[in-house]
Amino acid sequence: MTPAIHHRPIDTLAVGEVALISAIDRGGLAPETAQRLCELGFDEGVDVEILHRAPFGGDPIAIRVGNMVVALRREMARLIDVEAAA
Amino acid sequence: MNVAAPAILRQPVIALVGNPNAGKTSLFNAMTGSRQKVGNYPGVTVERKAGRITLPDGRMCELIDLPGTYSLDPRSPDEAVTRDAIFGRMAGEKRLDAIVAVIDATNLRNHLRFVLELQALGLPLVVALNMVDLAARDGITIDTARLAATLGVPVIETVAVRRRGLDALGTALAGRIGDSPPEPPRAAAGDLKALQKQARILAASVQTATGTASRWSQRIDRVALHPVAGPLLLAAVLCFMFQAVFSWAEAPMDAIEAGITALQARLAATLPDGWLLSLINDGVLAGVGAVVVFLPQILILFLFIITLEQTGYMTRAAFLMDRLMARVGLNGRAFIPLLSSFACAVPGIMATRTIDSPRDRLTTILIAPLMTCSARLPVYAVVIGAFIPARDVGPFGLQGLVLFALYLAGILGALVAAFALRRTVTKGAAPPFLMEMPKYQAPALRDVALGLYGRAKAFLTRAGTIIMASTIVLWGLASWPQPPANPTKPPIEYSLAGKIGAALEPIFAPIGFNKEIAIALVPGMAAREVAVSALGTVYALNDVSEDNAGSLIERLRGAWPLPTALAFLAWFVFAPQCISTLAITRRETASWRWPIFMFCYLFAAAYVAAGITYHLAVAAGL
Repeated sequence: MTPAIHHRPIDTLAVGEVALISAIDRGGLAPETAQRLCELGFDEGVDVEILHRAPFGGDPIAIRVGNMVVALRREMARLIDVEAAA
Repeated sequence: MNVAAPAILRQPVIALVGNPNAGKTSLFNAMTGSRQKVGNYPGVTVERKAGRITLPDGRMCELIDLPGTYSLDPRSPDEAVTRDAIFGRMAGEKRLDAIVAVIDATNLRNHLRFVLELQALGLPLVVALNMVDLAARDGITIDTARLAATLGVPVIETVAVRRRGLDALGTALAGRIGDSPPEPPRAAAGDLKALQKQARILAASVQTATGTASRWSQRIDRVALHPVAGPLLLAAVLCFMFQAVFSWAEAPMDAIEAGITALQARLAATLPDGWLLSLINDGVLAGVGAVVVFLPQILILFLFIITLEQTGYMTRAAFLMDRLMARVGLNGRAFIPLLSSFACAVPGIMATRTIDSPRDRLTTILIAPLMTCSARLPVYAVVIGAFIPARDVGPFGLQGLVLFALYLAGILGALVAAFALRRTVTKGAAPPFLMEMPKYQAPALRDVALGLYGRAKAFLTRAGTIIMASTIVLWGLASWPQPPANPTKPPIEYSLAGKIGAALEPIFAPIGFNKEIAIALVPGMAAREVAVSALGTVYALNDVSEDNAGSLIERLRGAWPLPTALAFLAWFVFAPQCISTLAITRRETASWRWPIFMFCYLFAAAYVAAGITYHLAVAAGL
């Protein structure tokens, strides 16, 4: 078990910092949105990295999930927790 | 056509299935070439692309390109078509003999999850492992034989854009297609998360080197999505696009115009003076010619839009625009249908089917006609050509800048409209924004050419049918009844069209429109560019001078004061004049309520904008 203190929302990662998804708060999402996240490869244990933040306020963000790049808003990114990659 | 045909005549049906961005359409184009038919699925407006292919064993098959989807659990109408076709529940669609799962070799773990989902259905399956060249470039090596052995289905390496692997794919398909189509599957496999995990393990076991995820794309994105450089680049791309539409098209347009004028002169010299000559020269050639001359501009615009879509830049534009779209209650995803609407609102409105939130989708549909479609180009081009001097302002031409300003006015109008709509008629929570950003790819010449060919065909078909028909009707209305022997007014004032125009004139006079414009707006209801052909016909018949070959631009210059011309431009930024747009809105929203609402709000906006422009221009002494 990783101590809870190491978990933090994905949007707190610095650009280029690689981490592993530790938990997704699926209850905070509409069921369809939770499913689409899964289809796009978001799952516990997958490596992620923030590649870009959009101009004018850094929202949305572009996240690399495995070999795929997905854009989402920070509001949703806050529901995805990460831990440091081993 | 569900009845089993005799085996010798039976044409097996193969479907291409895959995630968006797997290269499905490129593979379809490579396999079918120009032997493809683009239509619609019955009852829905999702585009149906089908083509004929010949397998290595000589059998002819029908190949259909199903809409891209991430899973068999659909959330948009597009994805529902794919599911229904696979399950044999699509009305009018034959049962599938085999599926080709197109997957992206650079994104194996996500795409393999979908393959596992498809494999569970039990239909004959062949996997096209596409973009193996890009995978190699990224340092990813895949043990294809092992993947095929583990899955128990043929896996063929392909590079669709270079036509690599097509023969092997055909051979594999021939081996999978039996004499009669298999029973359609009943239900999809259950747990997505379990499949996801299985796919990850499978991907890890067949990848002998994992490589680095598309470093090349990330390097481009460092500029394209840069907080400062990104928006500037997007503005530059759009600005260049609009400049190109004008400057590149100049020579071919002059040539088309010269050709039409020469044809008119030749006909005038051969045919006897009379109604037939007038019908051909003043009706058909003046009217249809005034529209066909814009083919080069429309093709250049589509060239840019198709290329931006193919390279993957379009989703970057959506990413950059999301913040702005969020301000008016939409999301970046709406930017793609809206940008398509610059070409034509009809495919734009159809593209809103990828937006899953119904309120968002409705808002996007309602503002799509405010994006300056290519049908408005003829109108803008004629008026700009006639009234805006062709001089340079800095590095840009003034005419191009005015055109850019008109596009900008449409965009601003759309943002204001979206803002207002989201707070009134489409009120509700903002939907989530989740979008895959595919890696960059060089556009494939064949895919661009096929796309342009389809657009040119659609445009010329319109010119030859709806525009030709309305032109002939207008010519008739404008020619009868004939003027008396010693006319005191221009001949058109005696005609039916003149009377309709006179009746409408009081409505349009306050915004500076004359009778000829009022006449042209009536047939222009059918399609915006018809307004130009209508003006062409009206002024050709109106011309009392002997010289009948003057271009519309020259005629307008003499007939309109500048404030009227500017008001006319402002009118067309908002004008609801397109039967096709209203019809597609009726179909997409399944009620008359929204097309009627759309018409009324656009008419009001057009009237107000033209009025303000006219009176400001008059006050400014223009």
